[in-house]
Amino acid sequence: MSRTWTRLFAALATGALAVGMTACGSDDPLQPADTTAPDGGTIVVGSADFTENVLLAEIYAGALRGAGANVTTKLRVGTRETLVKGLEDKSLSVVPEYTGNLLAYFDKTAEQSKPDEVYDALKDKMPDGLTVLEASEAEDSDVLVVTKETATQNNLSTVDDLGPKCGEYVLGAAGEWKQRWEAKINELYGCTFKEIRTTDAGGPVTVEALKSGQVQVANLFTTLSAIQANDFVRLEDTKRMYPAQQVVPFGRTDALNDAATDALNMVSAALDTDKLTELVSRVEVDKENAADVAADFLRDAGIPT
Amino acid sequence: MFPQLADWLTDPANWTGDGGLLQRIAEHLRYTIIAVFGAALFAVPVGLAVGHTGRGATVVVGLANAMRALPTLGVITLLSLQFGVLKVGPVLLGLGILAVPPILAGAYAGVQSVDRAAVDAAAGVGMTSWQRLWKVEVPIAMPLLLGGLRGAVLQVVATATVAAYVGLGGLGRPLLDGLRVTDYPRVAGAAVVVALLALLLDLGLAGVQRGVVPRGLRLASGPRSPRRRGPFSWGGNRLVEPADQAGIRS
Amino acid sequence: MEDLVKYLGNPRNQDAVLELLVVHARLALVPLLLGLLAALPIGWAAQRYRRLRAMVLGASNVMYTVPSLALFVILPGLLGTKILDELNVVVALAIYTAALLVRPVVDALDALPGHVLAASTAMGYRPLRRALTVELPLAVPVLAAGVRVASVSNISLVSVGALIGVGGLGQLFTEGFQNSYNPPIVVGIALTLALALVVDLLLVGTLRLLTPWQAGRPTARSAA
Repeated sequence: MSRTWTRLFAALATGALAVGMTACGSDDPLQPADTTAPDGGTIVVGSADFTENVLLAEIYAGALRGAGANVTTKLRVGTRETLVKGLEDKSLSVVPEYTGNLLAYFDKTAEQSKPDEVYDALKDKMPDGLTVLEASEAEDSDVLVVTKETATQNNLSTVDDLGPKCGEYVLGAAGEWKQRWEAKINELYGCTFKEIRTTDAGGPVTVEALKSGQVQVANLFTTLSAIQANDFVRLEDTKRMYPAQQVVPFGRTDALNDAATDALNMVSAALDTDKLTELVSRVEVDKENAADVAADFLRDAGIPT
Repeated sequence: MFPQLADWLTDPANWTGDGGLLQRIAEHLRYTIIAVFGAALFAVPVGLAVGHTGRGATVVVGLANAMRALPTLGVITLLSLQFGVLKVGPVLLGLGILAVPPILAGAYAGVQSVDRAAVDAAAGVGMTSWQRLWKVEVPIAMPLLLGGLRGAVLQVVATATVAAYVGLGGLGRPLLDGLRVTDYPRVAGAAVVVALLALLLDLGLAGVQRGVVPRGLRLASGPRSPRRRGPFSWGGNRLVEPADQAGIRS
Repeated sequence: MEDLVKYLGNPRNQDAVLELLVVHARLALVPLLLGLLAALPIGWAAQRYRRLRAMVLGASNVMYTVPSLALFVILPGLLGTKILDELNVVVALAIYTAALLVRPVVDALDALPGHVLAASTAMGYRPLRRALTVELPLAVPVLAAGVRVASVSNISLVSVGALIGVGGLGQLFTEGFQNSYNPPIVVGIALTLALALVVDLLLVGTLRLLTPWQAGRPTARSAA
């Protein structure tokens, strides 16, 4: 009988050891990461679930490590809604954001569309404990696109042109588009789509849906390599429905000390739209590792890592 | 949370129209039925053959176990990239792979569970191998086979939500879309509908399972008759792995 | 193929993949243990008390029909955990594991040879000692079958967590899909299979350790 006990104990010990070894691999899984100030704590850089944001998060992470912080990343977390919740409950310290959409998130009635106005209004609307650092010149905006055929056949070059024809078209966009823009596009352009179909956030599903004709209009992002690769035509947003979307670090005031803030501002200063598009293309088209591309950028820009 | 959930579920606007729950349920059912049917076309003959001849069990059981370990999300994304995004094929194939192991195990265990004396008697009265299979083994195996089907349906219904990730429809659509905007009543509502759908299908199949017991077995039955079991038992034969009784799912 | 070589050849990718593997293993195995520990007393109670039995078995079946993604998402609201906390996945999977294992616990206890139990009582074993030293070891083979199945199930379910940003090999699937790039997906599938295999072998080994009286006896299990 005691032999059974011994065996039972040995088996349980082996099991516990195995589990313990994985559980102690990194942080204790049952303890939330300590994301307080970098003098001692860990900075958690989060990202939304599209490639450019992942790349920006890696860039931020590299720069913050150069500033002496202990950094971990939580990539592809989800949408802005989830990221904000993550910041609020202190699971995240900082995320790369876009001024226009972030402003719209906090103030649905915001009318500003020029870069400086958007940024100032955004700073105004910051909830307690959260802040945006300096905005970059680099922009990545939502953009409505159609195929070359659709554009030529219907003489479309701006969203104005699209407005009256919306009723014949199906729009392909990410799941959150409808909630954010359906009312606004109707108000500004008189556009009501025949159907708004969820595809994905500028990923292969949206591109394929547009190419194959399952949708006639798609919402993509200006830095996506797929636009040029497929000869899609960008419809100009003449009435500025989509506000200026400057890349800006958005995070908790208690998580970013001076060194961290300086590092991220250096990144913002070094980025512009062309550079960003090129970097994104390296990840999307050349399939390079995002952290590799981030490291190259930081080195070329002279930002310590 | 619960009052908002109830509100969302009882709002007719969420049920009717384009992208409403009724449409999503229909899509979801379509994926499930085709995937399970396709899986059965493959798994039932193979399971019966292995059970009847007793050969190839190790290989087949090993194959089934390996298939169980395949992550459905991975299979579907890979197949979508290979064969075309927004095509139903990859999703149906991925769900079919998920459905094969329980059906295979059910067919195999069903044939194996047949009383050897009955098979012997059948041989004794001159039945050929085929006749033994179809007239004796299969009818007796039906309850366990259907049990495997039930397990498969349960798994596929629960997993078909991933179809939405690659841009298709089904109940995964409100689930994932609600998730993206943290609209939790919508997410919970979609989950409740999936669970209810699974339960309804399970009850239906349980009824079929009971009805399919051969008359002879029913008459000779004692407390172990499948007929006496409640809706949530899948046959209880120890050879059928517990997962097939409860259904592995994603 | 060369894509795969190029992807795996990059040390950054290697590190990222390994870290995801460790997280994945942790998220699958911790709930396995927790779920088993929870299922034992629940199953024991359900087997003993007739009225509880139907209720518990029914509840665990219903639990199993809830899509995992929904459960991952609802738990923060119910438990008050942070939205990105791994704990959400751990608790959800522990619940599924427990739901899956309750029935094997009940079956195993049902199948205990009555004469052995009677003998142990006759020898003066108190209920608790009998439960731990006689019933539990005899129940192990059936339980082990259930645990093996639950482990494969958990390993597969963790990858779904990628859709809510939780770590694990599932992130390789979402990343690969979004970039229209096969290698991460292939690596993710291969590692998931490998992990399932290794864990299964460990469990079989542990089973052999715990039931030496079964060594050499051919069972239905040995074909698998």
